[in-house]
Amino acid sequence: MTGTATPTYIGSRVARKEDPRLITGEGTFTDDVMLQGMAYLTLVRSPHAHARIRRIDTAAAKKEPGVVAVLTGKDLEVTGMLPVFITVPSMNGSKHMPIATDKARYAGDAVAAVVADTRDAAKRAADLIAVDYEPLPVVVDASKALEAGAPILHEELGSNLVFTYPVKGGDIDKAFKDAEIKINQRIVNQRLIPNAMEPRAVTAKFEAGELTLWTTTQIPHFVQLIVALNLGLGQNKVRVIAPEVGGGFGSKLQVYAEELLVGHLAKTLGRPVKWTEERREGYLATIHGRDHVSDVELAAKRDGTILGLRVRTVANVGAYLQAFAPGIPTILHVFIVPGPYRIPAFDYEMRGAYTNTTPVDAYRGAGRPEAALLIERIMDRLADEIGMDPAEVRRKNFIPSDAFPFNTISGITYDSGDYAPALDRALAMADYKGFEKRRAEAKTRGNYRGIGISSYVEICGLAPSKANAALGVGWGGYESARIRVHATGAVQVFTGTSPHGQGHETSWAQIAADALGVSPNDIEVRHGDTFESPGMGVGTFGSRSLAVGGIAVHKAAEKVREKVVQIGAHLLEASPADIVVEGGKVFVKGVPDKAKNFGDISMAAYLANNLPDGMEPGLEATVYYDPPNFTFPFGTHIAEVEVDGETGAVQIVKYSACDDCGRQINPMIVEGQLHGGITQGIGQALYEGAVYDNDGQLLSGSMMEYHVPSAEDVPAFDLDSTVTLTNTNPLGVKGIGEAGTIGSTPAAVNAVIDALSPLGIKHIDMPLTSEKIWRAIRAAGEGRR
Amino acid sequence: MITHPFTYQAPSTIDEAVQQLDRSDEGKVIAGGHSLLPLMKLGLAQPEALIDLRRIASLREIRSEADGTIAIGALATHRDITHDQTVRAKLVALAEAAGAVGDLQVRARGTIGGSLAHADPAADEPAPALAYDAIIRAVGPKGRRDIKATEYFKGVFETALAANEIIAEIRFPAPDGRTGGAYAKFAHPASGFAITGVAAVITIKADGTVERAAIGVTGAAAAAYRATAAEKALAGTNGDAKAIAAAAAKAADGITALSDLAASSDYRKHLVTVYAKRAIERAISRAKA
Repeated sequence: MTGTATPTYIGSRVARKEDPRLITGEGTFTDDVMLQGMAYLTLVRSPHAHARIRRIDTAAAKKEPGVVAVLTGKDLEVTGMLPVFITVPSMNGSKHMPIATDKARYAGDAVAAVVADTRDAAKRAADLIAVDYEPLPVVVDASKALEAGAPILHEELGSNLVFTYPVKGGDIDKAFKDAEIKINQRIVNQRLIPNAMEPRAVTAKFEAGELTLWTTTQIPHFVQLIVALNLGLGQNKVRVIAPEVGGGFGSKLQVYAEELLVGHLAKTLGRPVKWTEERREGYLATIHGRDHVSDVELAAKRDGTILGLRVRTVANVGAYLQAFAPGIPTILHVFIVPGPYRIPAFDYEMRGAYTNTTPVDAYRGAGRPEAALLIERIMDRLADEIGMDPAEVRRKNFIPSDAFPFNTISGITYDSGDYAPALDRALAMADYKGFEKRRAEAKTRGNYRGIGISSYVEICGLAPSKANAALGVGWGGYESARIRVHATGAVQVFTGTSPHGQGHETSWAQIAADALGVSPNDIEVRHGDTFESPGMGVGTFGSRSLAVGGIAVHKAAEKVREKVVQIGAHLLEASPADIVVEGGKVFVKGVPDKAKNFGDISMAAYLANNLPDGMEPGLEATVYYDPPNFTFPFGTHIAEVEVDGETGAVQIVKYSACDDCGRQINPMIVEGQLHGGITQGIGQALYEGAVYDNDGQLLSGSMMEYHVPSAEDVPAFDLDSTVTLTNTNPLGVKGIGEAGTIGSTPAAVNAVIDALSPLGIKHIDMPLTSEKIWRAIRAAGEGRR
Repeated sequence: MITHPFTYQAPSTIDEAVQQLDRSDEGKVIAGGHSLLPLMKLGLAQPEALIDLRRIASLREIRSEADGTIAIGALATHRDITHDQTVRAKLVALAEAAGAVGDLQVRARGTIGGSLAHADPAADEPAPALAYDAIIRAVGPKGRRDIKATEYFKGVFETALAANEIIAEIRFPAPDGRTGGAYAKFAHPASGFAITGVAAVITIKADGTVERAAIGVTGAAAAAYRATAAEKALAGTNGDAKAIAAAAAKAADGITALSDLAASSDYRKHLVTVYAKRAIERAISRAKA
């Protein structure tokens, strides 16, 4: 590469370019899109978790003033099935229609649709639709769904088993034969409800044979692809726009029924159509996350050395397989379970089960928080069992820094890592050594104080396309970028990523700025519009955007830079090797006073009458970047908690974390991602949990019952980082979007269990609500009497 | 979204409001709307007429009367009450309860009259209304009626208020002598409503013994109640830690406790005793201060 400048903006705390418009309410979200003559869609959803649809009487609804159309599943079969993008071995895929035709399989499954002139009219008409249901037996629990005689959701599959996914390495029998210590623990990773701040919405219009569809999505290009294929339109005739998207956490990583329906209705009704989810509706109709029950067995030596790990898990996928659902408990979970530790023998069997519940798919961390909780709980159980400091048990089993790249027992290759410094730094920040004094002081106040460690490794940078194919992911894992420098020197970056809170407008501008020698303020980053994008984008999920999409931007910028250098050398009559591009100027090394402005170069590219021989006019570059490997960020989180001795209520009193995500493009954005992620992970540890009754009714059906934590629930976080570059990509970046969620949940749980350990309490399943803890304290007290 | 149609009136006097309410079939009075509107959105309340009290300015006053009574207009918001100097000085348990309602937005809109009229079993202000022996002054077609707080709360969303009566004000007799109050609350983590809220109002004698204890409890049972067993146990004691613990242990005596995802009835009863203890401790230390 010629004359690559020293990074200036990469690594600096550039204020987020997107914030002023978001903070001042100038952002346009999907529900803000108002179109002439727009009609509104409302869906009728099954109140039963499992019921055959005998008959649907729409006569009264059709008579309601303002009603445009009333449709049932049969009318809408033309929209085709909802897609699943991942196929794992032995998978029994479900038939998933946008509107159920034969039976409803969860409370919230859509059974009819109403389109009307106003939302009110649509809702009133929806209330008039009479559905004759034949209620069927319900199964909510995944293990019970796999038992003989369980109600079958998809009769054609013969059972509720979605897949059996075994991963083995080493000699597990020998590990348990040689074990001096064996630990068994059942660990429940409860179901969560994503709760993005913006509920889902879709708006569409069909004009002159072209469908424009605005939607709350993380993957506009996949929506474009599936809508085009399913509705029989050319891909060039489907424009999908993800305008401002108010959070996703995986819940918008789908092609949802409503996207197909609104597209189809706009096309067939000849007027624009909008659907906007209500929050309570979203609790039922937007995917959930997690929901694993694991039986974990650890074999170890008395000195703390791990010999082997055996896990049997049942993952609840809900009523249907969603887009990425088969990959979450398998690819993104099983392989990363060994975490930062050298584990000589590994035997994991994951089974997926259909149940009469809302479908489950990716939720921030997606498989990796489940892995981290499992291994980090068992590390604490081991430490407790052998009387060793939990920090030391971890340190003893860490993969040493000289062992990278490291082939794990589960069969993947960690790119780089240096785990002990992050642990040491976190211990120092947490004043780990001084903790016992604080525990003793809390005791004088009748409270239990505890400290909990969580060391994690996660898998990001999804994904090398060939690795995707080998794992059953039916699409490449690349990302795209186009950089266009206009004649005036104005720079636009078009990205295939689709940010919904991540700040790509800022980070991508920083990356391009360093390559082009201009300020990030002079660079506009555009995203989320399939007609503006480089062509195909994969999207934003799995902490992949920087390590894949950011690299595509970097490479495109380098290509443009190369052309700038060539034109500059030509105009300045110098060798390209001597050209410097910085500060908005292009000059010969050592002669900055005879510089050309960046805009002179771009103008020359378009005037095209004085370019090097054979050079194409114009100044832009498009890159599709396919990463050679995943990336593996890591770190250690430490939570300190105090448990009210009388009520069991938990307060997080101190939180320290040292994360390593490789090179940081914008440390302020890294911290922001961690703040949100840690809070979200604490939410799972202490508060959140979807609760169903045996009839499949969601009891935690609104924000009145389901507690999403806010700033009030958490202390100020003490954050630091180490930087271990990856060789996977030229910037050495790894990804930070999910790290907080992965690291924090086990830290908080371990802290609470540590607080209660003087009572002999070894494990409590999440969420660690005050009542659960109070009961555990009371039971322990009774046991000791 | 509210899909049920309704009429809307905003009268400028309470008599007019009473007439409109009396004339309507399924009319509802709206003040801050923080209980009613969510119910209407869910379709759980479908009033055919809304009578909005917002134009009746006098209903928002908080005033001290000659005999020391503090009269709080039904439209006083939780925030008005929290910040009122007289309330903070004389009725600290009420100030604390009003300050513990929901969040800032809710406190800025929600009113004490609305809270008492709605009678959510988990509302905060019923507890201090009981502990201070407040009088709920209602106006109906036949005129004014005073209802003792202790005879007012009947059950979940059930009160002694008739369907055609409107609360005008809530009258708090001035606490005499060495009285201290406190409100201690265990909030539902998600909704912020009281799983348990205990208001303790304690009067002590010059020698430090407890002359009188009044303990109002909300959140635990279908209706807010006075913990009379605990009050009796505390009265006449020296108010030390042991006496407080013994009295607080009786704060849930005889109740049928509510149960939900956040707290079973056992746990709720336990929390009542813990929070009774915490409220009593603070009230006594304030009485002594």
